[in-house]
Amino acid sequence: MMMASDPGLTAALTAVLPAVQVLTTAEDLAVFAFDGTAILHQLPACVVMPETVEQVAAVLRVASERHVAVVTRGSGTGLSGGSVPCEGCIVLCLVRLNRILEVDTANLTMTVEPGVVTQVIAERAAEVGLFYPPDPGSIRISTIGGNVANNSGGLRGLKYGVTRDYVMALQVAMADGQILTTGTKCVKDVAGFSLRDLFIGSEGTLGVITRITLKLIPQPAAKATLLGLFDEMTAAAETISAIIAAKIIPCTLEFLDRTTAECVEGYAHIGLPTDVAAVTLMEVDGHPAQVEQQAAQIEQIARDHGAREVRRAATAAEATQLASARRTAFSALARRAPTVILEDVTVPRSRLAEMVAAIQRIAADHDVTIGTFGHMGDGNLHPTFLTDERNAAEMARVEAAMKEIFQVTIDLEGTITGEHGVGLAKKPFLPAAVGPVAMEVMRRLKKDFDPAGILNPGKIFD
Amino acid sequence: MQQCMHCGMCLPTCPTYVETLQERSSPRGRIALMRAVADGRLDVTRAFADEMYFCLGCLACQTACPAGVNYAELIETARAEVERRNVLGSPQRNLLRSLLLQRLFTSRRRLHLLGRILRLYQKSGLERAVRALGLMRLAPRKLRELEPLAPRMSARFTHEAFASDYTATNPVRPAYRVGLLVGCVADISFAHVNADTIEVLQANGCEVVLPQAQECCGSLHGHNGDVHTARRLARINLDAFDVDGLDAILVNGGGCGSHIKHYDHLLSGDADYEERARTWSRKALDIHQWLEQIQVRPPRGSLATADGPLRVTYHESCHLKHGQGVSSAPRKLLAMIPGIELVELTEADWCCGSAGIYNITQPEMSAKLLQRKMGHIAGTGAAVIAMGNPGCTVQIEHGLRQCGLAARVEHPVSLLAAAYRAEA
Repeated sequence: MMMASDPGLTAALTAVLPAVQVLTTAEDLAVFAFDGTAILHQLPACVVMPETVEQVAAVLRVASERHVAVVTRGSGTGLSGGSVPCEGCIVLCLVRLNRILEVDTANLTMTVEPGVVTQVIAERAAEVGLFYPPDPGSIRISTIGGNVANNSGGLRGLKYGVTRDYVMALQVAMADGQILTTGTKCVKDVAGFSLRDLFIGSEGTLGVITRITLKLIPQPAAKATLLGLFDEMTAAAETISAIIAAKIIPCTLEFLDRTTAECVEGYAHIGLPTDVAAVTLMEVDGHPAQVEQQAAQIEQIARDHGAREVRRAATAAEATQLASARRTAFSALARRAPTVILEDVTVPRSRLAEMVAAIQRIAADHDVTIGTFGHMGDGNLHPTFLTDERNAAEMARVEAAMKEIFQVTIDLEGTITGEHGVGLAKKPFLPAAVGPVAMEVMRRLKKDFDPAGILNPGKIFD
Repeated sequence: MQQCMHCGMCLPTCPTYVETLQERSSPRGRIALMRAVADGRLDVTRAFADEMYFCLGCLACQTACPAGVNYAELIETARAEVERRNVLGSPQRNLLRSLLLQRLFTSRRRLHLLGRILRLYQKSGLERAVRALGLMRLAPRKLRELEPLAPRMSARFTHEAFASDYTATNPVRPAYRVGLLVGCVADISFAHVNADTIEVLQANGCEVVLPQAQECCGSLHGHNGDVHTARRLARINLDAFDVDGLDAILVNGGGCGSHIKHYDHLLSGDADYEERARTWSRKALDIHQWLEQIQVRPPRGSLATADGPLRVTYHESCHLKHGQGVSSAPRKLLAMIPGIELVELTEADWCCGSAGIYNITQPEMSAKLLQRKMGHIAGTGAAVIAMGNPGCTVQIEHGLRQCGLAARVEHPVSLLAAAYRAEA
């Protein structure tokens, strides 16, 4: 069991770290008590800001010896409470472990420390004509360590996959401070179990990721960005299905419902009409000739399915502006309500229309406001509750609606979280989603990796 | 405050976070601290107060915030609370604040007096002698640091120049009647920019009105937790200007503009002034906005030199860009001037470290930001750095001297005025 308070902890940490890297004042702790998730809040005992792998290992040794919990985080943009502290814990903040160690243009890889901001990786790759595709909504500030630990997705999942698809090797500090490496720069590598894949998405419960080798691919030569405006949600959903059925795999197929479009327009002023039922953002990339042909096809398909209007970005700057505006959707919804609870349900693409309809029905049944946006192309939806945590009656209805959404998702053979992780927010729903055998295997794995249970305890499962 | 949903989108735009990577020095962190104080989980401590003043108030976070958090109001309220509780109070600080905020920057008469003394010091050869003999080494540290940042004083302050040169040149049948807020420091040190502003306005059919009774806009006070004096100055200016009879109330400094546009908010609940303040806020505009609105006449005169076009880059004043959302109008204005080659500045809207009196109160962080800015400026190879704020001008001129760069700083309106003059 964790000790609630450990009076010697600070001294033990400052024995292995410079004092300025150990934060203990009330002001410093208050700002680490939360992440990007609504409502969840807990002060840690202290915060450490290591700058080397050795320092990370040293902190873990101290924690192991003293049986103190360690909650690892980067920029704290997580959306499932995965990096919210637990009582008495050390917050291990890795934003200063932020060097790009190598860009290998011969093997198309980049090796980085976990605190590097994802956008910086994308830009560094672009400088040498390479491409790091995963682009979570918070790409401008989220760190790659957090992306790997949560197996983050993004807007390009449909064509390019998710973070897991770009991790070639990891260095991990284990609970007792030992350093493990798993994976290589080799495209083919079947030497033993793929431990790497266990750490990806483990949310800081199995080890602390301290170095990452990423796969890069060549930059696509051309890109076209289209915006579809629809008066009916079903018309938008059918357009998406028709695009896939036409054997076009766009790199981005996003949609916003009316509530979300209104909020995004309120912030970004990109000229989105606010009287439409759905807005779709559709991007294709690749060889210029193919891009041209597919963009024309998509435009035709959208019109055939009743799009009120299809706009095509004239310049790269306009395309970037549209995609950036879409990235603000979640935060922009906060314009409507003081508490914004974001869900992350995902269903097989063929069940999307059913899922969207179910969300609308559930919102009406429980008398709650839900703004929905998401990655229609890969079935990953973000129904977002607009509520007020101070209103207990409404929060109870939100709770009930949420449960129902999860149940429908499971009934439609979907998953309760596509890209945000389980953390604290989805923990109660995990057993129903994965079943008792999977739960038991996960618990056994956790015990093996972290016998004392100091790594992000209470996250994913108890 | 409740509006902040701690998504972190503001972090990469915050200069103090990017430089320190300390969560508490980020907008999200500062709002969390304010919330902790509001909820009674944290006292207004010295560390809290320091953090509130470590913020530049550049408002880049406000531009970045999708949730629409009004950070400007939050930070001003937090600083006012710090002052109300006197957490940072020391005899020296209290004396200095009282002298600067309540004595000097509330009285144009005293500012003029100081301006004349400084002018005498700068022009009589005394300044040169002091510098040559290294006498500043004997001065107290604060003064020593401040001395190079002291702006050059104008030969004639704005009101004198206006009275003698510009009252007669107002158009006979004006299309518009506009009031000009001349600023406090700008009045005595940037009188040439005010003169250029008046010339440009008159050349575009505007009758310019310059009320004698106007004072400092009060932004300095508002940003530094002295709301009481800020309100007092706002009332003086509301009385000084014929708010109802003017088409617009104009200002050429980004910092002032960002503040005066919110007189309505500042004086809400003040029965005597509320109404007038609302009218004022509707009419208050930055000079670039107004010139765009009235479709300023493109100049025919060229600013090209014997060596070819004049290379100009544009630095965005924080309170022009983030405080007022004015970003494209100054660039369009510059692009309209013949003989100018406009090159974009990397991180044009990143704070230069001037930030009101931040370069005095936080010299270390200010110097870091200035260095970052100067690196980008050097990269443009520009001969002129255009900007619409006196604070940035003083700071970047200081940076140019430090780096030994030959470029000069100009207000976009001054370049326009020069191009008009070149028509003759």
